[in-house]
This record gives sequence, structure tokens and C-alpha cells, in this order.
Amino acid sequence: MSTIPLGPVLDTAHAPGDGARVVEPKTPALLLTNHHHLCPGCGEPLAIRAIAEAIEDLGLVDTAVCALGIGCYTSFGSTVDIDLVQCLHGRAPSVATGVKRMLPDATVFTLQGDGDMVNEGLQEVLHTAARGESLTAVLVNNGVFGETGGHMTATSVLGQRTKNTIEGRDAEYHGYPILIGDLIAQLEGAAYVARGSVHNAGAVARTTKMVRRAFETQRRREGFSFVEILTMCPTGWFIPTGEGPDYLASTLGEVHIMGELKADGQIRTTEELHAENVRKAAELEAQLARGGLED
Amino acid sequence: MTTTTTPTRALMEGSEALVRAAILADCRFFAGYPMTPFTEVLEHFAALLPDAGGVCINAESEIEAVGMAWGAVATGARAATGSTGQGLALMQESFSEATLAELPLVIFNMSRSQGDYFQATRGGGHGDYRHIVLAPQDVREGVALVQLAFHLADKWRNPVMIYGDYLLAHTQEAVSVERVEFPPLPEKEWAVDGSRSGTGRSRSVTPLGVTKVGQRHFGQEGKAQYIATKMAHVEREARAESGFCDDAETVVVAFGSPAKFVKYAVAQLRDEGLRVGWVRPITLWPFPVDAVRAATRTARIVGSFEISSGQLVDDVRIAVAGVAPVEFIGGVSSDHSGFGLGRLLDVDEVRERIRALHEGRPQPPVPGYEEFTYEPAPHQLAPTPEVTP
Amino acid sequence: MTTVVKSRGTVTIDVESCKGCELCIPACPPAVLTMSAPVNKRGYHYPELHPGCTGCAACLMVCPDYCFEVFRFQTPVEHEVPS
Repeated sequence: MSTIPLGPVLDTAHAPGDGARVVEPKTPALLLTNHHHLCPGCGEPLAIRAIAEAIEDLGLVDTAVCALGIGCYTSFGSTVDIDLVQCLHGRAPSVATGVKRMLPDATVFTLQGDGDMVNEGLQEVLHTAARGESLTAVLVNNGVFGETGGHMTATSVLGQRTKNTIEGRDAEYHGYPILIGDLIAQLEGAAYVARGSVHNAGAVARTTKMVRRAFETQRRREGFSFVEILTMCPTGWFIPTGEGPDYLASTLGEVHIMGELKADGQIRTTEELHAENVRKAAELEAQLARGGLED
Repeated sequence: MTTTTTPTRALMEGSEALVRAAILADCRFFAGYPMTPFTEVLEHFAALLPDAGGVCINAESEIEAVGMAWGAVATGARAATGSTGQGLALMQESFSEATLAELPLVIFNMSRSQGDYFQATRGGGHGDYRHIVLAPQDVREGVALVQLAFHLADKWRNPVMIYGDYLLAHTQEAVSVERVEFPPLPEKEWAVDGSRSGTGRSRSVTPLGVTKVGQRHFGQEGKAQYIATKMAHVEREARAESGFCDDAETVVVAFGSPAKFVKYAVAQLRDEGLRVGWVRPITLWPFPVDAVRAATRTARIVGSFEISSGQLVDDVRIAVAGVAPVEFIGGVSSDHSGFGLGRLLDVDEVRERIRALHEGRPQPPVPGYEEFTYEPAPHQLAPTPEVTP
Repeated sequence: MTTVVKSRGTVTIDVESCKGCELCIPACPPAVLTMSAPVNKRGYHYPELHPGCTGCAACLMVCPDYCFEVFRFQTPVEHEVPS
């Protein structure tokens, strides 16, 4: 914790003049506006930023085509400056397949929630991964059907309270969660599989790198790439907004483990991922305390 | 066979001819899932598309097949999917939404009967939408209608279905697959390929009313209104043909393969001196109301011959509009595999049904199925009480 | 008694876009963000900045409404702060 005494409120309405440089622009260039109607404390806009920044950093802007699923994030379809095919619930991987087969040089990615991808569309994403389609699937996973009000999905964890698991998800009655990233990593057609999170700045930084690596995998035509991004949904979780990040880390984050699950032909074990997460979290926290993340 | 684009007269099964016609019409993507009697369409696309620079994917289910075709069509390519009625049933959500998204998707239905008529023309999906439905009577017409399908799909930015059947798909005919020329159509400005990303002018291909800044905004209600009012304009594409109707007392309406049997049977009855005629809708939607009305002008009785329990007959009744009574003279009929079109599809059977209609006699039972006529149980015959307060 | 607090960086805050989620507050390593007393036009409290910003951009990274722009000074700005 900081020991700096709290000084007066400074002017944050005006940009500083000469003698200062922009470290991070406010809104990614690929977002036509920063306004959206998602809830306070929603993690999905942070995932959107990671995707936008990865596309911009890699110089892929004029090749990008998104196959968008149905969920709260769908509203970004009108504000994200990317050529877009709006899909039905669960159906983005097949649509993306059709797009990529006709436009092999495009950078094609899906953006789907867990209800969309792991419930309705489980078959689609597994087959697309198995076929090794050279596209990138991005999953924003908050463990609930957010848009319809907070119901259980296939990724909701045991004990998690949702609209239809009010006493907490119970294995005997509701079954077990599907760890979709881990499942996809087993498929030979999947070349890069990673799971990120947006519960704090360090996690956001790691996640942005994962999305970048996924797009690089696509550009090199190495096979299917997949990035799962755990996001906060305080509304769907029925918790105060400020508790979102801790809830994410301690519930979903304990079951759906963060890390690069599969890269360079290697599938990592849960133990390896845990150890790396502890190490990286400390490293990133220290970097931020020193004044910024080293690239 | 030599190349896929050189017209050549050869004996080939209907499925192959339809696929060659699609490729001639610049179809470059197909996705499907095997199901009888559609499977060979998928096989021929798999065999022929790669050499034509296209892609054919054996999708993991029908739902993904239509999804893949959706994606391909969204890039501006000509693309198709297909199945038989049961498989198309799985695709219905996508069919409804593809209409809202104005996707020029071509759909092959190699049906097991004519009982998919409602599914095709009323829409098995949700909401208000129409697909153009073309029903070839034989392989030769199929070659032309497949190419027409791709043209109409692009012309109207609306899905178009080819309604075929087991006979069409599996009959071997000597056919010359030749390219039909159509008038030019505008460039597909609406298609997406990534090149406009980041320019402030990126596009959405979407069934939703919400689009991007700079694109026309509909809202959900506006989009539904837009598509609903589009359909009235598409009705000018109605097509039909008729024969022996100028002085007909009895007119029979039929589509697809069974229509050829009806035509032949009517010719036989004319040789006997009976004043019968036929009319064949070529578009099932838009239903050729004017043509059917004109063809039944002099009729005192109209019959609908179809291999189903009676679906086309509803549209015939609407078109005839009370000028003459309309009777269903077809039946559910299949071979024992359930895939084919059955023993009712026999010229003698068809002729005697038309004769019975003409002479005002009851229809003969559908051969072989008398024992399966439904008998209601006592509890079903007992009256059900009124419940409305 | 005063202390000299150095700000190596600063931010602009788009107050009207803020939805009061407060995720930026614990995210700031030097803890120089606090929520305001007044509310914006939508009725949300919003973050205010105090001396000591390092320009690390953690606030920007965790803000779901893209409220922050982050700057770094060539020469740190010094503030006299009551201890």
C-alpha cells in the first residue's frame, strides 16, 4: 500500500501542456466512441480494448473481420470500426469458417460469450478447432448468461449463485462446469490456446499479449487460435460492483485457470499454470508500482 | 466428364447436373451434411468445387452448414447449402435471420416428399419472411432454375430455395449443362472483407436493426418493416406454365416431378376426349396466383395433385378464390425407405385420380395404405369442455 | 509539516462517461485516486486525482468506460502536501 499523504485534487479536465507525452490513449482507435450501455464494472469492455489494441499493434486493421455472437457485447458491433458479420447465438465459428475460407488473407475472429460459445455453440467451436480453421475465437467468459439476467451457463462453477442455481451450483443436480479452454487445447487442430482475465491491470496486460499471440498464430497459418477472457459481471453475479474483480479471481479464476494452455505444441499442466500465475502476478504488480509495465 | 465449364451433353444424375449448374453460376462455396436424398449434391460439390476454385465443407451438422454458407455469402461470394426437409428443419432460425440480413443464400431441398411445401413457402422459421422457391420438374429444368436461383438471390438479396426431390436428385438424364446469361447486377457494396475496417466506414452484415455509424439505421421494428414491405415487390418473380386450359372443365395443379406425371396423364385423358387441363407453378413462392386464376377460369372443378397430405391445395384455394371448388387429389406416398416418392407416382394412378375428379366420384384410396387409416379412440371422440370464461 | 510529493505522470478523466464502478481506486498502485463527493450528470461519483501519479496507466487498463487518458511528464511535477 502507498504511504503518500493525500494531496489536493488536481485538474484532470484538461490535458497537460508541453512537457508531457501520452502514455496510453483514452479509447482504442478501432472504437468509434467510448460510450456503451454495459453495466458499471463490466469486464467485457476491457476485453474489447485488448482485442482492439492487439489488432492495431499488429497492423492488421485493414484485414480484420469479426463474426460477432449474441450477448451483452453484441452492442459493440455498432461502435467497433471493424467489418462485421452479426451471427446468431452460438453460430459465430461456422460463420467465421465461411468467411475465412472465402477470404484466406483476412484476419477473422469470433467474439462470443460463454452462454453463446459453450452452451449453444459448443459443437461449433469444437469442430472449428478440430478442423484447425485458421481463425481466432475469442471468448468473454463471465460464467453467466448476462444479457438475459444472470443464469447458469456451462462454465458457471460449483457453488456459484445464479438465477437458476440460487443455492449455488450443485454437481448432482446441475452437473459440472465445462473448462472450454482446456477442452480445446486437447484438439490437434488448435495451435494456440490461452486463458486471460481482466480482474486487475496485470491480468489485462497479460491478456492483451495473449490476444496478440493468437492473431500472430492466425497470420502464420498455424491452425486454430483461441483466447478465453474471464470478465466481471457484478450484475449477473448479484454482487456489489466493487467486489467484481475479487469475486472473479476467487470463483471463476480458481477453476478456469489463467495462462497459455497450449503454445508451441505444448499443453501446460494446471500446476505449471498456477506457478506461473503467482510469479507473473507479483512481477506485474511490482512493475506497476515502479511506474508502468515493461513491454 | 471434361471441365466443369464446357457445355457437354452427357448422361448424369440430377444431383450432378444441379451442382454443375451452380458452379456455372459462379457458386464457390458449399457446406452440407449428408442426408438422403440430398447427399449426392454434397458429394458432387465436394468433387467439383475445388477444381473450380471453390470450397466445399462437410459440416458437423446442418446448423453449421447454413452458418458456413452465411459467412461465405457475407463476403460477397456466391454460396449455397442444402439438405432434405428434416435437415432444413434444423436450419430454420438461420433461414429467418438470413432474410433479415438480406443474404443472397441459395438453398437446395432434395425433399423426401412434397410435404415440405409449407416449410418452404410458409417458412419453418420464426417471424415474417419469404424465400423465393423454385420447383423444377426435371433435371433439364433444374439446370436452368439453379442458375436462376443464384441470379434472383443476388437480385433481391434474399434466400432462394430449389425444391427438388428424390427423382430429381437421382434420375439419370442426358443433359447439357449450359450457362444461362442474366442481366448484370450492381456490385455488392454491402459485402464485408476487412478492407473498410479502421476507416470509419466499416460495414455490418446483420439481421439486427442496429448497424454501424454511417450505415442506414433501422432499429428492430424498422428492419422488420423494411423486409416485410420488400416481399410485395419480389412477387413479380412468380412463374408458372399451363396446358390444355383454354376450355378445360377440370384443371389439375401440381409442381415438381409429379407435375410431369400429371401432364402426361392429362394428355392421355385429352386423347379420350375429356376436357381436362393442368397448371404447374414453377415458383412455389411467390405463388403464381394470376397464372392459376387464368388457367382455372373455365373450370368447374380444380384438383391439387401432390405427394403429401395436402399443402399446395391451400394456395390453390386462395388463388382460385371460390370460382370453382378445389379438391385435394394427392396423397402421402413413399417407397418403404421413406426417402422416395412412392407408388402414387404412377401415370395410371394419377390418371384415374384425375378422372375421378372430373367425373365427380370419390378419390380412390392411396394404394397400399388403407390399413393405416387413423381410427380415433373413444376419449378422442368424446367432447372437450369449453374453458373460455 | 509538508511533504514533497512528485507526480511523474497525470491523467485526464472523462467525468461524464464514468459509471461510478470504482474499479480504478484499488487499481492505482500509489493510491492517488479517490471518488468525488459531487456526482456527474448521470448521478455517479467519479474519480479525482491527487499528487503522486506515476503514469503507470493501471487506471486506464481497468476502466470499463474508457475514462482515462494517461500522460508522463519529462520532468516530474512537485507538490507540497500537508503530511
